[in-house]
Amino acid sequence: MAKDVAIIGVGQSTFVRNYEGSIRELAYEAFREAIKDAGITPDDINASIIGSAPEYDKQRSPSGLVAEYLGLNPQPTFAIETVCSSSTTGIRVAYSLIKSGLHDVVVVLGFQKMSEISSADSQERMGRGADIMWESPFGTMMPAYYAMHARAHMHKYGSTERDLALIRVKAAKYGQLNEKAVYRKGLDLDQVLSGEPVASPLKRFDCCANADGSSCVILASAEKAKEISKKPVWIMGLGAATASLTMSGRESLDGLNSARLAAKQAYEMAGVGPSDIDVAEVHDCFTIAELMAYENLGFAEPGKGVELIREGETYLEGKIPVNVDGGLLSKGHPIGATGGSQVRTIVLQLRGEAGDIQVPDPEIGLVHNIGGVGIYGNVIIFGR
Amino acid sequence: MGFEKFGRVSFASQTKVADFIEYLEKGELAATKCLECGRVFFPPRADCPWCPDSKVEWIKIEGTGKLISFTKVHYGPTGFEDDTPYTLALADFDGVKVFGRISKELAEEDAKVGMDLKAVTVTLPSGQLSYELVPA
Repeated sequence: MAKDVAIIGVGQSTFVRNYEGSIRELAYEAFREAIKDAGITPDDINASIIGSAPEYDKQRSPSGLVAEYLGLNPQPTFAIETVCSSSTTGIRVAYSLIKSGLHDVVVVLGFQKMSEISSADSQERMGRGADIMWESPFGTMMPAYYAMHARAHMHKYGSTERDLALIRVKAAKYGQLNEKAVYRKGLDLDQVLSGEPVASPLKRFDCCANADGSSCVILASAEKAKEISKKPVWIMGLGAATASLTMSGRESLDGLNSARLAAKQAYEMAGVGPSDIDVAEVHDCFTIAELMAYENLGFAEPGKGVELIREGETYLEGKIPVNVDGGLLSKGHPIGATGGSQVRTIVLQLRGEAGDIQVPDPEIGLVHNIGGVGIYGNVIIFGR
Repeated sequence: MGFEKFGRVSFASQTKVADFIEYLEKGELAATKCLECGRVFFPPRADCPWCPDSKVEWIKIEGTGKLISFTKVHYGPTGFEDDTPYTLALADFDGVKVFGRISKELAEEDAKVGMDLKAVTVTLPSGQLSYELVPA
């Protein structure tokens, strides 16, 4: 396994409905935790990458503001944006900055404060992460796009609304254990199935919650990591791919091709396969997204993902624990912060520091982080 | 200018394929086709990325399409709150995929993946122009 670039520090704010502070203070919540975790100061950091989806902030060019507030002047800073996968795209860039030798220590800070606008406005902005010329005029939004994927999957493979509900029941179980999650209540199957319709066949509890939050991941070169960190977690493989933004350009709606391709790249680079993964975080912005991820990541054959959730195999005790931190469904989905939060969970798992949700002695973990409706797909594989 | 006439809420006013509106006015749903490689583009494109020296021509989308997937939307985004519920869909017209709405006259329980649909042009109450999918 290549040990070139390591994660040496992770942090996350609590994800909340309405953060009582500004974006600079929100960003600092995750940063403070990460520098304490890494045992370094801002002066040890050579560059910062800020992941945040525009349009939620009135602040223009927030990377300059965030770098100043985190004590990261005069080091370079810039923003990376791929909507919901911004922070893992930031990690991809940080990896290349370190691997190239340009920098030794790079911080990726993701944040989003969504509560400054109404839920309808938020849906309108999110919907504009698809084709504004040809699709938005029909009244599109993210739940509708994923709902169309759900219907196509159900039609092709016979998956059911009950299967999707089982995924939410799992998320709600683990959300109760995660003190940083926005949704801490348990949900049973009947509650999930009786939720009011949002975009058929998706109902209220098939959808993740908007939240305010921040995440922080600090990456370092092998030399620096060995010098600074007692428990570095190594990046074994990275994959990134894209798919047509316009639905008309999609080959099929029963999976996300960007995720399939990103997974293939990441497995090849890491020299491992799906059966080698001990714990995974997947982008469950909707229940159907987790079901498609099981198949797109190769944890199950196409159409067989339902068997994993029906048989409990993606629970903590199962053969491939997925989203045992509550996932986006219960943890909340502050767009720019989400990928970094997923990475944090996997890093804590691989260090054996995941507390109540610790998987027994995992060696290899995977993060699957999707931007838009599969426009951008990032998969990263981590090892100890 | 011209493209601001498309759909209930248009988010773009200028495009090189604004002639799409003129076809809607004539009751036609139009795509573009690369004169060099023959690829058909819907939504219409002004440029073929594989043939940088080529031009595109307008062609009509005719006949029946197959319903690939659909969703009945109960919560609309800003600008669509009082328009719900409505059904969004993707249909395959012989390899050309058309995204749009299914007519409100088709009940959700009567919509089936694989059913035959045709595209018709519509003038919205506001005077805006669009198209929708109706049972063939």
